[in-house]
Amino acid sequence: MKTRHRWLKRWAVAILAVLLGTGLAGPEAAAKTLNIITTTEDLASLAREVGGEHVKVESIARGYQDPHFVEAKPSFLLKLQKADILVLVGLQLEIGWLPPLITQSRNPRIQVGAPGYLDASQAAVILDKPTGPVTRAMGDVHPSGNPHYWLDPENGRRIAQAIQQKLAQLDPEDAAYFGQRFQDFDRRLTEAGKRWEQAMAPLQGTEVITYHNSWPNFAQRFGLQVVGYVEPKPGIPPSPRHTLEVIRQIKQDKVPLILVEPYFDEKTPKAIADQSGAKVVVLLPSVGGLPEVKSYFDLFDYDIRLLKTALNK
Amino acid sequence: MRRSRFLCISLFVFVASFSSSLWAQGGGAVDERFRVLEERIRALEAEVQSLKAAVPTEGAAAAPAPAVPTPAAQAPAPEALQLPTPSLPVYGGAASLSKALNPDIGVIGNFLGATGRNQVNPFPSLSLSESEVSLQAIVDPYARADFFLAIGEEGIEVEEGYITFPALPGNFLLKGGRMRANFGKSNAFHNHSLPWIDRPLVAFNLMGGSLEEADMGIKDAGLSLSRILPAPVFLEATAELYRGDSGSLFQASRRSDVSSVFHLRGYHDLSESTNLEIGGSYARGHNDVGSDFLTHLAGLDATLRWKPLRRAIYHSFVARSEFVWSRREEEDGTQRAFGFFASAEYQFARRWFGGARFDWSERARDPNAHDNATSVVLTYWPSEFSQIRGQLRRTKYAEGNTANEFLFQFLFTLGAHGAHPF
Repeated sequence: MKTRHRWLKRWAVAILAVLLGTGLAGPEAAAKTLNIITTTEDLASLAREVGGEHVKVESIARGYQDPHFVEAKPSFLLKLQKADILVLVGLQLEIGWLPPLITQSRNPRIQVGAPGYLDASQAAVILDKPTGPVTRAMGDVHPSGNPHYWLDPENGRRIAQAIQQKLAQLDPEDAAYFGQRFQDFDRRLTEAGKRWEQAMAPLQGTEVITYHNSWPNFAQRFGLQVVGYVEPKPGIPPSPRHTLEVIRQIKQDKVPLILVEPYFDEKTPKAIADQSGAKVVVLLPSVGGLPEVKSYFDLFDYDIRLLKTALNK
Repeated sequence: MRRSRFLCISLFVFVASFSSSLWAQGGGAVDERFRVLEERIRALEAEVQSLKAAVPTEGAAAAPAPAVPTPAAQAPAPEALQLPTPSLPVYGGAASLSKALNPDIGVIGNFLGATGRNQVNPFPSLSLSESEVSLQAIVDPYARADFFLAIGEEGIEVEEGYITFPALPGNFLLKGGRMRANFGKSNAFHNHSLPWIDRPLVAFNLMGGSLEEADMGIKDAGLSLSRILPAPVFLEATAELYRGDSGSLFQASRRSDVSSVFHLRGYHDLSESTNLEIGGSYARGHNDVGSDFLTHLAGLDATLRWKPLRRAIYHSFVARSEFVWSRREEEDGTQRAFGFFASAEYQFARRWFGGARFDWSERARDPNAHDNATSVVLTYWPSEFSQIRGQLRRTKYAEGNTANEFLFQFLFTLGAHGAHPF
């Protein structure tokens, strides 16, 4: 009996040692510089545009990485633990890795529903919302709509405004600064938007095949027509039968381009291109897809330039 | 309806402000401004439609309207800010709003088969072994809860069922309920998330495996408290207190016969693609000989992972190993036993994984006897939601028997199954 009590006492002492050894200090008082962690580099770029020097921004996923499949590494917990704001794409894009990171971050500021939790999809216009029953027979569909919505600059504007409002809420003293930064971003985006739309005008109505259904917002904004996918269904790798069908479709409709995200293998798209005459273009869906694509503006500049070059227009 | 009216009024105000702006500027940029205006109106109309679709009945709670900036609102006064309210995701359109507060429900079927001869510990030829039903949700602003019910051919048991408090002061994480303990790495894995069909011999021989009870490992009702320690690398300490009943490993004869588990986990990114995790564990509990007899377990685990980010869905490699030392007090003395496994898995294509595992373990109750096994595993993933796995296993038992077996497994997921911790 004595042994047991001694053991329980040791247990209590051990916990106490952990408490004391690691310090009982709660979350640090809100600093002037807000720590923002975003799930993708696109959101990070928008947060930097609005937050300026009053924020420190870091993204979990890299721009050349498939954001559906990110490993929930413990090193991300260290970043999330210090975050004042977590900005996520939502619509279940990060469902395979973000929830355990949020729970294990032990950070009350960024838990679901907390003031520092910002689901950017709540501010964006979402396409491809299923209207009928959704089953896995349709592949890895997103039941709340297509999560690649940042690829429309108008959604970029909406996301930036949502971030600005969140920053103003958490740092009211700098609300005017964030408002000013947003105005500036908004003006530059409007100017760039005109430039991009002019550049894309000759490509209006161009039919394209894409590897994954990542481009509905981009296509709608800039007048491309996505007529098929290399994947037979979202998240399902290309099958020989479907590949032959895509080749037939490209030949029949004279589809000039196959758009591939940088994290997909180009073997099948290139085989399709070889047999159909279409061109493979590795289009970037995210900031950071290449080292020179450092900002949200760079992303559209790069992609549009690439499309024009590919089509000689 | 009220929101629609609000949007209409916003639309009117925005049109009015635009008109005055155009009037002031003259006709030079009129066409361009009208084009922008039309675009904004289309966006607003689309949102009104989506809001209408999201509001099934009058008076039902609706999602907050997305903030659509207008040129007039591009310099919002701080007092005019309308902050987006965090809201729950909406699943599958208007008709399914009623599901919004229900937990995520998933079922993982685990169909097993075995051929070959094993005279010591045979698997059934075919069985639907331990299908798992998961129910997971946020309880309130302070906690979330996870239930995993294991449905076997002989009944249902709570594999795990616990509440987690992720927002405690001092950056602690507290879990309470029935859990798989954080001893080593693989003990906390559910059967369906193992990279093999079976559990390693060391789990069977030293952590409570028995021929009568298919389950093994430390799994009990208790509390788990963990914290990330301040250090140059990721370092997490976990302390767990359990009732003291865990299969044939720990048995509590009295209320005070609690068991405890301590785990220290270190993790470091060696590069963007490669990382190393090392853990140390200790567990202590009363065993089936009686209240005054303890079993102590100490463990070391190491996991090396490689996954190139640009081709993360096509290639990866994981090497893992766990060492366990057991000290079991019995009436005629203390039995000390040791065991380990080492395994590696390589993903050589998007859907294909190959791997191998070597096991060696003494037996906790008879350290003079030791078994070893070698396995080769091949897994095919038709999609993210199903796996087909085959495992060739050759086991040499201490009795002198050698078992050559082929095990196969179909894993299939229905519904939503939450992501597993790393």
